[in-house]
Amino acid sequence: MALLSKKDRGLILDPLADNNPITIQVLGICSALAITAQLKASIVMALSVVFVLAVGNVVISLMRNIIPSKIRIIVQLVVVAALVIIVDQVLKAFAYELSKTLSVFVGLIITNCIIMGRFEAFALGNGPYRSFLDGIGNAAGYGLILIIVGFFRELLGSGTLLGFKVLGDPIAKTGLYAIGYENNGFMLLSPMALIVVGIIIWVQRSRNKELIEEN
Amino acid sequence: MGLKEKLHGIKEDFKGKKMAPAFNALHTFLYTPNETTHNGAHIRAVDDLKRTMNTVIMALIPVLIWGIFNAGYQHYAAVDAANGIVREASLFGNFFTWDNFTMGAITVLPLVIVSYGVGLLVEFIFAVIKGHEVEEGYLVTGMLVPLIVPVDIPLWMLAVAIVFGVVIGKEVFGGTGMNILNPALTIRAFLFFAYPTWMSGDKVWVHGAKEAVGTPDAISGETILGSYAQNSSVVYDFADKFFGFIPGSVGETSTFLILLGGLFLMFTKIASWRIILSAIVGAAVMGLIFNGVADAGWITESSKFYGLMSTPYWEHLIIGGIAFGIVYMATDPVSGSQTNTGKYWYGFLIGFFSIMIRVFNPAYPEGVFLAILLMNVFAPTIDHYVVQANVKKRMKRLKLKTA
Repeated sequence: MALLSKKDRGLILDPLADNNPITIQVLGICSALAITAQLKASIVMALSVVFVLAVGNVVISLMRNIIPSKIRIIVQLVVVAALVIIVDQVLKAFAYELSKTLSVFVGLIITNCIIMGRFEAFALGNGPYRSFLDGIGNAAGYGLILIIVGFFRELLGSGTLLGFKVLGDPIAKTGLYAIGYENNGFMLLSPMALIVVGIIIWVQRSRNKELIEEN
Repeated sequence: MGLKEKLHGIKEDFKGKKMAPAFNALHTFLYTPNETTHNGAHIRAVDDLKRTMNTVIMALIPVLIWGIFNAGYQHYAAVDAANGIVREASLFGNFFTWDNFTMGAITVLPLVIVSYGVGLLVEFIFAVIKGHEVEEGYLVTGMLVPLIVPVDIPLWMLAVAIVFGVVIGKEVFGGTGMNILNPALTIRAFLFFAYPTWMSGDKVWVHGAKEAVGTPDAISGETILGSYAQNSSVVYDFADKFFGFIPGSVGETSTFLILLGGLFLMFTKIASWRIILSAIVGAAVMGLIFNGVADAGWITESSKFYGLMSTPYWEHLIIGGIAFGIVYMATDPVSGSQTNTGKYWYGFLIGFFSIMIRVFNPAYPEGVFLAILLMNVFAPTIDHYVVQANVKKRMKRLKLKTA
């Protein structure tokens, strides 16, 4: 990748694995548990957060020298809120059913710790281009976990992927259902999302022992 | 060369190799190891973990045997009932029969085999990966699991649930002795939430009922709790309920045998009498409160809670899984409270919440497993406050002395 310098590449790639917002920093858990019962909702949520975080990071970064530090949280909130409203309206206009599934969680992107965290930790101290990359990277790391969790929850919980009945029809008893397989209703409940995230954290830390915290 | 030497030879061959824990486990399962502790102060006692586990299993054997006969009995009784024949339960007349035994054995024994097979496999895999000895913890769990599921649960579901329960309920916390939740109940909770159609309703408690739905041979097997939850009447009398001629999960039906097992465990000091006693008291108190509410006329007979609320408090103790839960699950020394005062609270709240969940949650007509899991989570908190109270008391005494 000649396009990016090594340092810039780290901005995008680190949050995908060794500095993942969900599995390492344990931020943004709430929405990860709430909306991952379907893969489609996970993907849309991931894309929304990529948009909000990337654009928001750029905006904050451009304004970083003129924001009085005493009111910077309020300014950040205004920026996120404006972006989230755009996302919300777009969803309502072009994917109404999906926006009903996501319900309040689109609005709650505002309170997603990852976003405020990146504004505070990165955008306030770096230029717009690097902030943009950082936003893409962190949102992608968040989205990656969302999509993994959504994949397993929809596959095992409903037997579908993106709405396609990949395991057969549970009512007509075709495919796997013909031999007695049944959907796992627990997968559709939020506690199972927590357990799936926990398993991802477990696998990640046992592959890379450096991530295990001392206590 | 005897078996013991052979096993010892295998153990020596694999010393220091990857598979060593698996072969060591085979050896120590059958024979006492001749190694002694090397350092530190130790208390000499004969009741090691293995003996503790075996005592609990001994207390479970009568329940299992009853469960096998009852599985067969309920099947034939339901078939009779579907054909309009009324059955009068009699112990030697139509309960301990060869037909009941064979029918029960082909439905219950596969559950036991799958439970031990899958569970021990997971334990062996973890022992080999982590390089520690295989722990005995699964011996009791493996026996409890087939006793707390409906007879007709598909075996693959049981296997999936056991893998989940052993890995998520126990191994992630560090194995036997480290778990915060009772693994057997974790397995049941998983089954309950994952496959509710196989864990509740009126078609799962009797062998063959689910397959016969919609056919001319359709049979039904509503549990007593299920009937009460729907405000319908129950045909079983006191003796049926107490001795266990009723449909239900495999091992939970016979309160009488469970009580015997409980007494055995209390006299061998494996189970805490404090927990058992206070849990019974807790359940009775909650039952009395509900009886009072029903008697005072605060709810009408048309209320959907009326059936279970007006059930006499003592009857709550002999129907459903509460006796089994209190005796064999609440007394789990790992996930329960450790302090004596804490045990009273822990037990009391288990009984209290069991009946509360049972009455107020018609979707889950049995609450005891949820109540025990809930209190498992709170056991350390209870212990914390008991210890703090003691510390405070002694600090006061110290001040008096120094002042």
